[in-house]
Amino acid sequence: MPATAMIEAEGLVKRYGTTVALAGVDLSVPPGAILGVLGPNGAGKTTAIRILTTLSHPDEGRARVAGFDVASHPAEVRRRIGVAAQDTTLDELLTGRQNLVMIGQLSGLRRSEAQRRATDLLERLELSDAADRLTKGYSGGMRRRLDLAASMIMAPPVLFLDEPTTGLDPASRLGVWEVIRGMVGDGCTVLLTTQYLDEADHLADTIAVFDHGRVIASGTPQQLKSETGSARLEVTLSAPRPEAVLALRPLLEGEVHVSHDGRRLRAAVRNQDGLATAAVRALDRAGILVDDVQVHQPSLDDVFLALTGREAADDETAAEPEEATA
Amino acid sequence: MSVRTAAIQTVEPNWLIQKVREILVLVRRNLIHILREPMQLSDVTLQPILFTFLFIFVFGSGIPIPGGSYTDFALAGLLAMNLITSSNGTAVGLSTDLNTGLIDRLRSLPMWRPSILIARSITDLLSALVCTAIVVAAGLVVGWRPTTGVLSVAAGLGLALLFTYAICWTFGCVGLVARNIEAAMSIGFIVLFPMAFVSNAMVPTQGMPAWLRVIADWNPVSAVTAACRQLFGNPNPSALVQDWPMQHPVVAALLWSAALLAVCVPLAVYLFRRRTAD
Repeated sequence: MPATAMIEAEGLVKRYGTTVALAGVDLSVPPGAILGVLGPNGAGKTTAIRILTTLSHPDEGRARVAGFDVASHPAEVRRRIGVAAQDTTLDELLTGRQNLVMIGQLSGLRRSEAQRRATDLLERLELSDAADRLTKGYSGGMRRRLDLAASMIMAPPVLFLDEPTTGLDPASRLGVWEVIRGMVGDGCTVLLTTQYLDEADHLADTIAVFDHGRVIASGTPQQLKSETGSARLEVTLSAPRPEAVLALRPLLEGEVHVSHDGRRLRAAVRNQDGLATAAVRALDRAGILVDDVQVHQPSLDDVFLALTGREAADDETAAEPEEATA
Repeated sequence: MSVRTAAIQTVEPNWLIQKVREILVLVRRNLIHILREPMQLSDVTLQPILFTFLFIFVFGSGIPIPGGSYTDFALAGLLAMNLITSSNGTAVGLSTDLNTGLIDRLRSLPMWRPSILIARSITDLLSALVCTAIVVAAGLVVGWRPTTGVLSVAAGLGLALLFTYAICWTFGCVGLVARNIEAAMSIGFIVLFPMAFVSNAMVPTQGMPAWLRVIADWNPVSAVTAACRQLFGNPNPSALVQDWPMQHPVVAALLWSAALLAVCVPLAVYLFRRRTAD
């Protein structure tokens, strides 16, 4: 753990009554890097962010952000961080612009400077058209983007983003990614939690997978994928043929999942050259017609599944019921 | 794409100026809220008008006041009653803020947290000022006349506002303890209504049963009302009551205000810290 890390946590423990939210978490993010924190709901991601942003005190362990201890120097930490929490933290009866200007002024900006920054950020996050409307009428995605803008109003050296793109449409997600990369390009260090594995894959330099209040795996997206190993083969037959499993057996590593209609087969395979060709030949020899063959390199979804025994997407839909209706 | 287009210039003023700026920013925010939802102000605009007409025409016809008219007697009481019931707005306002995500945003900022409480109390003092103007105007319409000088009347109004400011901090504590807005509102009314009515505000206490009369004469609302009557030069039957606060209503009202502030300001700051910790 380099001494110059911008975000540093050692042995963080947090209990709520008998529930253990964090059971000893270590994190280290060097300057200018993005750490993606992945994990199912209730894994402790938000608790970790609350501690690192001084909103909550750890029961055990220490954390330093931008060189300051969060417990003994919370004010110094607050001067150097931007936070976008999972729940929106906006004033519903103010316009988007008024929200940003207020937060800028409360952070110590002059009114004119706060206004200039607000205009700039509203444009970057594609909120200019809605800037002077009450946030009460904003959609879920617009709230999320305004929250992000609020976290960036001071151009802080460290950003904490709790699920920054949940509820955004794909185009806005890309826009947000670009803004986050822009912040990093300027030297900002980012810790973001996400339930979108492709988001972690695209944005994060390193990933920490949380489960039950612990970091159960960490490393670059590539490292995590290669540790999990196998690729995945998906074959769609023209008609259901149970003997297809037998024909493919020599190529396969694990159990075969067969779809309800019996036409789709899915299984882990040893990665090798000419894998798709081998699969088609094997099926052809058995006289089975094939409509489609796909070989998937391991994705973070597979990593996630392998590590936690759960699909990330299951938690995702459960996590944000309000976003679906927003 | 560069987000940091220019070095961010923060103001580096001294500690006090920084706090004053924060408070003004938050007061402005509270005032925008009032403009957006003007019905929030009904308890300091419509209610005083309604109460003035109701009490003066309904009670006034049946309550004889020695040494003057019921209208002249009632105005100070109406002022005190309207002002203290409006302080429930502090409880509701704080409770509303605490129950939105905004409070988490504010907590993560490098700001002085008591600013939030002070800004709330200043906002409520401003609406109390509106309330006072409306009660006085309504009183003048129905025939209330002070018999002392402008300075003395202003002193009376100022005393009533000082007491209101103190009571706002008391109800701020209620808002900080209440779990939600509905609870804040009902706790407020359960305390405020007896406080407003078991007093000399609308009727002389002489007619009350002995035990109730003691409570009424020591009620801070009675001290404020009697002090205003004295300063306005209006009929003040409480002057005949021998209890100390009724003999020295101005001093009593000042002491009550100072005592409430001395207890409730630190208590509110403590409760706010406790409520927003963890």
